Amino acid sequence: MASTILEMRDITKTFPGVKALSNVNLSVEEGEIHAVVGENGAGKSTLMKVLSGVYASGTYDGAIVYRGEECHFKGIHDSEHKGIVIIHQELALVPMLSIAENIFLGNEHAKFGVIDWNANETRTSALLKKVGLKEDPKTLITNIGVGKQQLVEIAKALSKEVKLLILDEPTASLSEKDSQALLDLLLEFKQQGITSILISHKLNEVNRVADKVTIIRDGRTIETLAKKDISEDRIITSMVGRSLDDRYPPREPKIGETVLQVKNWSVYHPIHAERQVIKGIDIDVRKGEVVGIAGLMGAGRTEFAMSLFGKSYGRHITGEVLLKGKPIDVSSVSKAVDHGIAYVTEDRKTYGLNLIDHIKHNITLANLGGVSRHAVIDDLRELAVANDYKAKTNIRSSSVYQMTGNLSGGNQQKVVLSKWLFANPEVLILDEPTRGIDVGAKYEIYTIIARLASEGKAIIVISSEMPELLGITDRIYVMNEGRMVGEMAASDASQEKIMRAIVRGEGKAS
Amino acid sequence: MSTESAPAPKSGVAEDVQPGSRVAVSALITNLREYGLILALIAIMVFFQFTTSGTLFKPVNLSNLVQQNSFIIVMALGMLLVIVSGHIDLSVGSVAGFIGALAAMMMVIWPLGPFSNPLVVSIICLIIGGGIGAAQGYWIAYHRIPSFIVTLAGMLIFRGICQALLGGGSSVGPLPVGFKALSSGFIPDLIGPLVLIPPTVNAAGKTIVGSGLTLHMTTLVIGLIAVLAYAYFGLRARRTREQHGYEAEPFPLFVVKTLVTSALALFLVYQFASYRGLPIVLMVMGVLIALFVFVTKRMTIGRRIYAMGGNAKAAQLSGIKTERLTLMVFVNMGVLSALGGLIIAARLGQAVPAAGLGSELDVIAAVFIGGASAMGGVGQVIGAVVGGFIMGVMNNGMSIMGVNVDWQQVVKGLVLLGAVVFDVYNKNKG
Repeated sequence: MASTILEMRDITKTFPGVKALSNVNLSVEEGEIHAVVGENGAGKSTLMKVLSGVYASGTYDGAIVYRGEECHFKGIHDSEHKGIVIIHQELALVPMLSIAENIFLGNEHAKFGVIDWNANETRTSALLKKVGLKEDPKTLITNIGVGKQQLVEIAKALSKEVKLLILDEPTASLSEKDSQALLDLLLEFKQQGITSILISHKLNEVNRVADKVTIIRDGRTIETLAKKDISEDRIITSMVGRSLDDRYPPREPKIGETVLQVKNWSVYHPIHAERQVIKGIDIDVRKGEVVGIAGLMGAGRTEFAMSLFGKSYGRHITGEVLLKGKPIDVSSVSKAVDHGIAYVTEDRKTYGLNLIDHIKHNITLANLGGVSRHAVIDDLRELAVANDYKAKTNIRSSSVYQMTGNLSGGNQQKVVLSKWLFANPEVLILDEPTRGIDVGAKYEIYTIIARLASEGKAIIVISSEMPELLGITDRIYVMNEGRMVGEMAASDASQEKIMRAIVRGEGKAS
Repeated sequence: MSTESAPAPKSGVAEDVQPGSRVAVSALITNLREYGLILALIAIMVFFQFTTSGTLFKPVNLSNLVQQNSFIIVMALGMLLVIVSGHIDLSVGSVAGFIGALAAMMMVIWPLGPFSNPLVVSIICLIIGGGIGAAQGYWIAYHRIPSFIVTLAGMLIFRGICQALLGGGSSVGPLPVGFKALSSGFIPDLIGPLVLIPPTVNAAGKTIVGSGLTLHMTTLVIGLIAVLAYAYFGLRARRTREQHGYEAEPFPLFVVKTLVTSALALFLVYQFASYRGLPIVLMVMGVLIALFVFVTKRMTIGRRIYAMGGNAKAAQLSGIKTERLTLMVFVNMGVLSALGGLIIAARLGQAVPAAGLGSELDVIAAVFIGGASAMGGVGQVIGAVVGGFIMGVMNNGMSIMGVNVDWQQVVKGLVLLGAVVFDVYNKNKG
């Protein structure tokens, strides 16, 4: 039996008015991969912030025992000093600095403040080799993809002689392939004796690599499962406090005439003008239909959707858009909205919400005309609309006057959805609608999608999670490298078929 | 299928749910912050009332105070929108100086015939101000050149043109009396004065200025109407809210707020009425403040500016034409800078090369003291106005006290820093 490297005992952390953690216990053994799962807002991130000293010792109750001694971390420096390194969900790299500069930021090999670049780069190369990243240490962070940036973060952690590595949703924005590589890396680290704590929503990943799983719900530890007891169903049951019979709501598609048709759509990269990002795409969506677009990260799905939505991405955009058979002009966002097209972004914090304003103002933003007369806003009508959508989409907040920046991911997503529902579109494009949100909220989003389809909206769902597409759509397009490489009815699609279409780049897959 | 049947995880999820009572408390705190600024202004006024042995609240000084600071407030209205939209405008002082010089040249030097009429000149100047705003806003909005740089360039350019127009270091004047009324005039007494105490007549048969007590009835009537309208609309808004089943602020709080504001307003109106009535520039300012409060609080364009300042990308993807909106914010700023320039020239009675020099910093300071965020998306018109008056009262009070101009700057700097630190501290705590 291996020794216990970390024990967190009865951790209780209160914020003004809320108890974020109450008597949480977590015990991690040396050399294992320990997954911590729970819904968004369950308190996982708070727990990790307590562990890493972001919340200084004294601001919480309970004890942290690390390698046999009780620790009182005053800040992140203290915990890093002991070899505990946390990699946050949002990467903390400086985009305009090189890989080497980022890895040794604040920790440079220097004499009297003068940096020894050679030593830095040599060490960086060694670290990059360890994480399997083939890049020049001088490459700027901004020029490498998210997957590689994640590896740089891990290399940075290794540079600090990490003993306990904490990864907060490391694969949230990675493609399937990059995720696999990252998980393999974790397994490799395990061989080298590095202990990892993995926070994740993706239960299949947890299933694959974790030796133990601790489930947290509403700020409490529910249970810790050993390897032999880990199953997706068991975890889900513990996470939501009841069993989820079905992860997708049932629906009976009533599909009508074609609403939106896109013909021969081509887009070039906004900066590298010679690079064609979208290469002659044709798609169509019918009334009451949910159409999925599958593909790997970088396949061009978001770029396609955004170029369609008021030319918000790319240049030299060519092709034809028909709404109910008539060509329409979508050259600006407001024109697209006027024609009844709405696009719900994949990146709600950057492109979806005004985080420093409250729910009410966010919901009406895309359709201010709907709550005003002669450009004067009717405050009461706006309040009624906001309350209505808060109820319809089940946004959990104290009132519609809560800042959207203080909401959890799932509720933020519901606010963005509400905004576009209030704009009353005929075609709704949802880009990764459930990214980074918990199982319960996902189900609610699926329910909303199903309801909208039954109301006769045409819906396009872009998603990297294949089970999700298989579960909620009627028809799936497969996209790869700017082309549609497959189209299949959801009923006879499968993850394997989709992957095959992507890998082979073959035409109609079924 | 309805959302009720969704397996919603209930109970106190940490980031989501706050107890309902916190809403009321937080509403009170927000209100307190808003009132806090006004209370600070009152405290500062009372302080100077004592240190200047009662000079500050003297009717003649109140008129001076308004006339000296109105251009700062007028420009602060535009600056608020600029800062809320996430930008800055350093050129306003220079633009004001340039417009003042241009107006003087048009009225006094150039033989323009009927076009040298003060009203015509003023309108042309406002349009040119808008043009200047458009010229600067164009680079900021459509070419994404940082506003700091564009308006820094504008600051140099328009100060230079101002000085060149006036032919080096000379001043141009005197300006026509009709034009000067913009700053130093008072509203005409349509109803006629009410003599409470007849002025003392000296031996030579002349009345002694400032003796006796004559009230300007027009001023009083306007003041009363304004206060009644304020109370009426406040009450009506409450009623509608309650009729629709929404909670309004606690009634006692509303009453106290309305009474205090009304009493303060009536006191000031009375002071003006006992001197020469309401200054014209105060009326102009009052109308503009009301207009900008309405635009920012109630109109879609105001909402869009706040959304753009809060998250420009999200605003754009919500169908807001952010480029055009930015341009309009700068056009508005240009017009108000021009108005500021006209007010300065009218007060001085001539155009001088240094008119408005450095006033951009007072204007920006007023907006930040008023609680606007340098990151954009946050700020209130009333805050900027009160911020402007805080600066103005301090200028005025310290001048009367005989504080050296050098030290006045130090004090103003400390107040600016203190106000913003207090704000940031409050936000982090809240």
